[in-house]
Amino acid sequence: MAANEYVVRTKGLVKIYTMGDEVLRALNGVDLDIRRGEYISIMGPSGSGKSTLFNAIGGLDRPDEGSVFINDVDMAQLDARELAYLRCHTIGYIFQSFNLIPVMTALENVMLPTVFAGTPTDEGIERAIELLNIVGLGHRLHHRPAQLSGGQQQRVAIARALANHPSIILADEPTGNLDLKTGEEIIALLRRLNKEQGVTVISATHDLKMVDVSDRIVWIRDGKIAKIEERADVEINIGQMEGEEALV
Amino acid sequence: MSAEPISQFGQSPMRVQKQIQLPFSKAWQISVRSIRIRLARSIITAGGIFLGIAFYSSVRASSLFPIGEGPEAIAEANRQTWLAVMALLVCFVGIMNSMLMSVTERFKEIGTMKCLGALDSFIVKLFFIEASLMGVVASIAGWFAGWLITVTIRLFTDGVRAFGPNFLTGSLIQMVTAVGIGTLITLVAAIPPASRVARMPPAAALRSEI
Ligand SMILES: Nc1ncnc2c1ncn2[C@@H]1O[C@H](COP(=O)(O)OP(=O)(O)O)[C@@H](O)[C@H]1O
Ligand SMILES: [Mg+2]
Repeated sequence: MAANEYVVRTKGLVKIYTMGDEVLRALNGVDLDIRRGEYISIMGPSGSGKSTLFNAIGGLDRPDEGSVFINDVDMAQLDARELAYLRCHTIGYIFQSFNLIPVMTALENVMLPTVFAGTPTDEGIERAIELLNIVGLGHRLHHRPAQLSGGQQQRVAIARALANHPSIILADEPTGNLDLKTGEEIIALLRRLNKEQGVTVISATHDLKMVDVSDRIVWIRDGKIAKIEERADVEINIGQMEGEEALV
Repeated sequence: MSAEPISQFGQSPMRVQKQIQLPFSKAWQISVRSIRIRLARSIITAGGIFLGIAFYSSVRASSLFPIGEGPEAIAEANRQTWLAVMALLVCFVGIMNSMLMSVTERFKEIGTMKCLGALDSFIVKLFFIEASLMGVVASIAGWFAGWLITVTIRLFTDGVRAFGPNFLTGSLIQMVTAVGIGTLITLVAAIPPASRVARMPPAAALRSEI
């Protein structure tokens, strides 16, 4: 069915930040269609508008113009409780700085979305353990974030993002705070989950390692989409532009 | 259900359900856990409330002892009133300060909870319960400490004869007032910032630094 083909569509997205006299169009007319089950990377230099786009798609901030459709529903039409439902059930968020609740254990962090979903506690615990096993942290259930490495914290965050079976995972520079090797592991994990669970992954990044696993790469610059490429095309281009190491 | 979602793409619009409202018992459970889990931090915050109320209460407890009559007594009564007002002010600033700190350092956590599907009202409920519990417990302890100090000192300096006729009812009234004031200030300090952040778009709440 056509209604199922695109999980996210944006139309003419504009986000304006005003700082004193300065007017900055952090997003300047972004049209983007994302297919169900895709792994898509939003690439661009720092300050190009990736996080702003992430916030708009995730319903974390309102754009000044244009619309975001999630499963063909216009987000601007939703009331607070419908928006909360969407954040709880349809989208899973991953951040550069992990954003785990520091006083909660890994298990409690992963469980939290199930609490907001009204899942019975037993089921929530079961689901959280299952997910922590999937991300390879079955032996760290009762550790606090401070007792985990950066890579492990990001795994907890990934497990948490999956808690309520979302159709979309939104990641904002998920490898930004990690070393090279850990970053690669996180990317591989996201790709695996995308393949195995069929969850659409949308990841903002300037990490070229992401190119290798993405189905499509959206290049963004100054709040505009510069180009959209299928992976096959990009590998050649980057190979030429950045040399061998970019291919990983 | 709100307005029909509009689809510009011609497909049959899908509907989004409304997020469930969690029962009060769930908010209670999470709040109590939250206080317990960050016990050291909670004690420091409660300590601010405790000290403020203890100071206020120790000043107020002086009025439980009759001061006789004449110009000296009037001067003394004025002094006590003035002290009580000052104490209330100090207590107000102290509680405000510790509560504001403890809420502000959790702005990011509030933003995160919103991303995970928490409703604004639920977040306000959490902070209301936490602040009330801390306010009541710390104020009772603070009242008792202040009262005990003043009464003990009077007992040693003037003996039992110094106790006024309304000592017990007076103490009781002072306890209720102190706990009421302490809890009220705690809530006034905690709820406005918490609900302001709860109403922000999550992106803004997550951005906020301490
Ligand atoms: N809250 C804000 N207030 C003002 N300007 C902002 C704010 N957030 C982002 N910007 C500006 O918008 C532009 C895009 O930012 P951002 O989306 O964070 O870029 P990226 O994530 O690609 O690094 C930048 O120039 C940034 O300075
Ligand atoms: Mg960014």
